[in-house]
Amino acid sequence: MVDAVRCEKLVKIYDTGGQKVIALNGIDLTIKLGELMMLVGPSGCGKTTLISVIAGILDQDSGVCELFGENVNAMRSKDKLQFRAQNIGFVFQAFNLLPSLNAAENVSIPLIINGVKRAEAERKAINVLEQVGLGDRWKSYPSQLSGGQQQRVAIARALVHSPRLIVCDEPTSALDHVSGHNVMNLLKEVALQHDRALVIVTHDARIFEFADRIAQMDDGHVVKVT
Amino acid sequence: MNHIALKMLMGDKGKYLGIVMGLTFASLIMTQQPAIFMGILARTYSFISDTGLPDIWVMDEKVQFVDDIKPLQDTELYRVRGISGVAWAMPMYKGLLKARLADGTFQTCIVVGLDDTTLIGGPPIMLQGSISDLRRSDGVIIDIDGLNEKLNKATPDGKKIPLKIGDSLELNDRRAIVVGVAKVTRTFQSQPVIYTTYSRAKSYAPKERKLLSFVLVKANQGQDLGELTRRIREKTGLAAYTQQEFMDITYNYFIKNTGIPINFGISVLLGFIVGAAIAGQTFYSFTLENIRQFGVLKAMGTSNWTLLRMILLQAVLVGSIGYGMGVGLTALFGYAMRHTILAFKFPWQLLVFSGAGVSIICMLAAFISILKVMRLEPAIVFKS
Repeated sequence: MVDAVRCEKLVKIYDTGGQKVIALNGIDLTIKLGELMMLVGPSGCGKTTLISVIAGILDQDSGVCELFGENVNAMRSKDKLQFRAQNIGFVFQAFNLLPSLNAAENVSIPLIINGVKRAEAERKAINVLEQVGLGDRWKSYPSQLSGGQQQRVAIARALVHSPRLIVCDEPTSALDHVSGHNVMNLLKEVALQHDRALVIVTHDARIFEFADRIAQMDDGHVVKVT
Repeated sequence: MNHIALKMLMGDKGKYLGIVMGLTFASLIMTQQPAIFMGILARTYSFISDTGLPDIWVMDEKVQFVDDIKPLQDTELYRVRGISGVAWAMPMYKGLLKARLADGTFQTCIVVGLDDTTLIGGPPIMLQGSISDLRRSDGVIIDIDGLNEKLNKATPDGKKIPLKIGDSLELNDRRAIVVGVAKVTRTFQSQPVIYTTYSRAKSYAPKERKLLSFVLVKANQGQDLGELTRRIREKTGLAAYTQQEFMDITYNYFIKNTGIPINFGISVLLGFIVGAAIAGQTFYSFTLENIRQFGVLKAMGTSNWTLLRMILLQAVLVGSIGYGMGVGLTALFGYAMRHTILAFKFPWQLLVFSGAGVSIICMLAAFISILKVMRLEPAIVFKS
């Protein structure tokens, strides 16, 4: 069976004003379908760079990163965009909802990017908002929602186009303990399925219990997977 | 994605209005200032355009523009009449004379003398009286703006009221009686225009050997005007221009020999630069503030081409609204000022000019923003 993510000897070096910073230094990592993998480690250890490469929004300098058996880095730019639009959902630490769009419009964005008509996209978006418990708030703008509610909208946006990989960056760090647990329960219940994988970058030890496996990173390496 | 682009643009009302106002200001300056400029320049040849009947104006060959009078001998009129292709030729006197008002004050006026018999070359619109009233003794017709603004008489209580039909004034110590009021296009110097007959105008004018300013010529039907002007020049040694040529010569004289184009050009350029700076800076800062949102869209799989179209749509929308408001305000300004001394002309070419200016500003603003978004790394979305 194909793995959701297979990284092999991933290297990424940033050139910051003539100084080279090795962000990923030969990463080997596999994430299976139906698995919730957490990436943890100190700041600057390369977690964000790793999920950026996994999500196909940053190119590695060397090594291979396959998503569902496909080498995204080797794809043409147009194919890569299409692959990302269809197969990856994002949940961000700062929610990154568009403030001038209401909840349903925010959630419908991935569908519109994939060519779904606006009315149909918003209808589907409202369905997914109902799944995350915000069916009655679909007209609300981000500024009218609490942090926990905004993150639920963000999760709905990450799920609406049924991606096979969901990438979450610190999804609970802007939330209180209860909201954080609710978000994680939601991700585990709604997002995680047998044909889908979740990668979560986090510092939040309170949510480690939700992980199937935890990859601990340090200095551009995966030092331990438990 | 167009829907998202428009909602992003209008989501922040303050920023949105800032961009629109910047473009409105630029559009207003780029339309209103040239409209005033064109209005002023149109006044330089308004006397020619107001005199609609003749096809050709004949004058001394050294004349540079309509107010540059170099008188001819009256015999030149008969020489012109003798040229084949000329249907008729009439004399015209045009000169600056001082009018003495009842209260003893003086006002310089443009005095126009028309052929005594035909009165050809008279004012385009008569408001009171008729052109034939000039045949009455000492009769003169005065333009309404000149009457209202400069040719007044004092009432017993000291108030100044415009002269009316039946009132008199003096031109070079000779009596003139107002027999009509006309509407003429204001002249460049905005002096009152007084129409009278040619012979009476000559009696008002200081005694000189030559007093004929222009010979107004009508060509025979079907006569080629270019050919006729060439023939008049050859036979008389005088300058002969079609109405349009004479207007162009006058217009070009003012363009070349006055600072008006430079002064207005500077205003227009400043309007363009300030408008471009305001709109460009606001639009760019709008893009910068939304850079994370563009990053999110990019991360989710939106192509650079789609983002480019979104930014262009935003630029086109604010540009169109700003342009429409600027042009609308200019039109309102022109309408509000239509009865004042302010010169204003608003031809369609001006709409194209300011439209092009606003388009350039929008494209510049959009281009800078597009460059920023094109170079945007979608990984920015993971930075808190």
